Amino acid sequence: MLEVAFNSLRSRRGSVMLTLASLTISMAIVIGVEHIRAQAENSFVRTVSGVDLLVGARTSQINLLLYSVFRIGNATNNITWQSYEDITARPEVAWSIPFSLGDSHRGYRVLGTDSQYFEHFRYGDEQPLRFSDGEPFTHPLHAVIGSEVARALEYQVGQEVVLSHGIGSTSFVNHDNLPFTITGVLATTGTPVDRTVHVSLQGIEAIHLGWQNGVQVARLSPDRSDPGLTELEPTQITALLLGLESPMAVFGLQRAINNYPSEALSAILPGVALGELWQIIGTLENLLSVISILVLTASLLGLSTMLLSSLRERRRELALYRAIGARPSFILWLIELEAFAMVSIAALFGYLVVVAGVSLTQGWLSENFALVIEAWPSTPGIWLYMGGSILAGVLLTLIPATLAYFRSLGHALQSL
Amino acid sequence: MPSLKITNLQYVWPEAKVPTIDIPELQVERKDSVFLQGASGSGKSTLLGLLAGTLKATGGTLEILGTDLTSLSPRQRDRFRAEHIGIVFQQFNLIPFLTVLGNLQLAARFVNQSGQAAERRARELLESLRLDPDILDRRADRLSVGQQQRVAIARALINEPEMLLADEPTSALDSEARDLFMQLLMSVREATDCTLIFASHDGSLARYFDSSLVLSEVNRSAHKEVIGA
Repeated sequence: MLEVAFNSLRSRRGSVMLTLASLTISMAIVIGVEHIRAQAENSFVRTVSGVDLLVGARTSQINLLLYSVFRIGNATNNITWQSYEDITARPEVAWSIPFSLGDSHRGYRVLGTDSQYFEHFRYGDEQPLRFSDGEPFTHPLHAVIGSEVARALEYQVGQEVVLSHGIGSTSFVNHDNLPFTITGVLATTGTPVDRTVHVSLQGIEAIHLGWQNGVQVARLSPDRSDPGLTELEPTQITALLLGLESPMAVFGLQRAINNYPSEALSAILPGVALGELWQIIGTLENLLSVISILVLTASLLGLSTMLLSSLRERRRELALYRAIGARPSFILWLIELEAFAMVSIAALFGYLVVVAGVSLTQGWLSENFALVIEAWPSTPGIWLYMGGSILAGVLLTLIPATLAYFRSLGHALQSL
Repeated sequence: MPSLKITNLQYVWPEAKVPTIDIPELQVERKDSVFLQGASGSGKSTLLGLLAGTLKATGGTLEILGTDLTSLSPRQRDRFRAEHIGIVFQQFNLIPFLTVLGNLQLAARFVNQSGQAAERRARELLESLRLDPDILDRRADRLSVGQQQRVAIARALINEPEMLLADEPTSALDSEARDLFMQLLMSVREATDCTLIFASHDGSLARYFDSSLVLSEVNRSAHKEVIGA
């Protein structure tokens, strides 16, 4: 029967190829949308982990999450160094990572932080940051770059870089009086860390000496080897990541920070905020899924229509099977087999189209949208979609197949 | 035991008022060759459908090789047809997109005959039908009509049936090809000992057969229709 089905499809190449093309495209859409959705969600929720509280100037939790963790947009306000010290000194706090944002290097954000960052920052399943080359910064004018920065700008340990004021990819104001030396390159994490240039808080302070409220009022050029650089004390930071001694203390500390008397602060639970943010994006994702399923349904109906209209031209062929001893069920299964073969081939081709498409756009996606996407989709959701599509195709084909079955039940032997 | 025995056979098409087939009695002995002459519209195709078991009689009995087809389930009739009855049509006897061998093996598969056994028998049959064995690998629609009709005989006989039904198998052939076809058909039939029922409107073919019947004389309903008209 396999041979018959194969040759029968081959003999109707034209319509079979067109139907196959339409099915392949819609399978690719379904698989692609599901793959990107799963990957986006995965890389999204992996962005930060193991952090109990995220603290910033008073704002909505999504905004705080966006500018501190995702480095999208700008902080509305800063936290004073005094508040940082107060919070860090609290007994519940096990560790704290300060974030100071606002500068950039050729479109990549610069993050001012301290050694706590390399020790306590976690992403994915509580994975620590690893160095693929070099080591953490030890001097105010040292920098550690993410893997994406290193790859895209072809930077290596030992190279000198100049930071820019502001966050555009072309800035008119460069901090060219104080170049930084790269001391380390981090291993790929699939998070915004890959696209970040990390320097110490003192480094941030050093390049802003002589600046007030974002404007350069005096051009001061401290000497690179000036020992005073290491003693610079930051006056403000942008955000603060906290790890607590006991998770039980989270809500108490959150309340305390939100009611912090001398400054308006917000403390949020990163997991909750990530979930809320994902829900907003998720609505769009669901819409895309629904559209892709509708496209697939239209294609499967097209397959069914093609098989149905082929019954007319195949009338004599089907009658002949019966004449040489085939049962009506042979005809039903023959048509089902043809449909199954076509949908399966389309699913395979669609999968390969997605793999090829993702492979080709991988670099571009990660550069422009921070989406790190694997080329080979392998989530259970993908297999479910592919299996479901094949099943739906087989079920829809029952329409022409049963029609052919009933037509072949009783007819005179005719040599038309 | 006769090869075919019909008693009060009736067939009424769904939604038809009068029966298309109404044959009180008809008997064909084993190894006989019978010429069944009938114009189109005389119920010829319907009768062949009943003999082949694709139609189920609405009344009476129809025994082939001692088996009453009217008492079999549709499934059993399909099996019976595959095992005991070979059919040759006017045209479109072969699945066009399969090779000659593919066609013969497909027919053999419905009786669970193995591919090799079918191929062996196919070669024998092609030889006795004076066909080059090379055509086994040719696609059926690449053959001439004359070749196709001869392959159709091979297809009909691949499962060694006891009865061969032919429905106007020569009407698409020119006179030369028709004579060759008839000669080969009769000699192969003799060699395989099967009963042949050959339906055609062309009375000049009757000379090849042991006996001949005129359908409108056996079929009461056709008779009535003629009278009614």
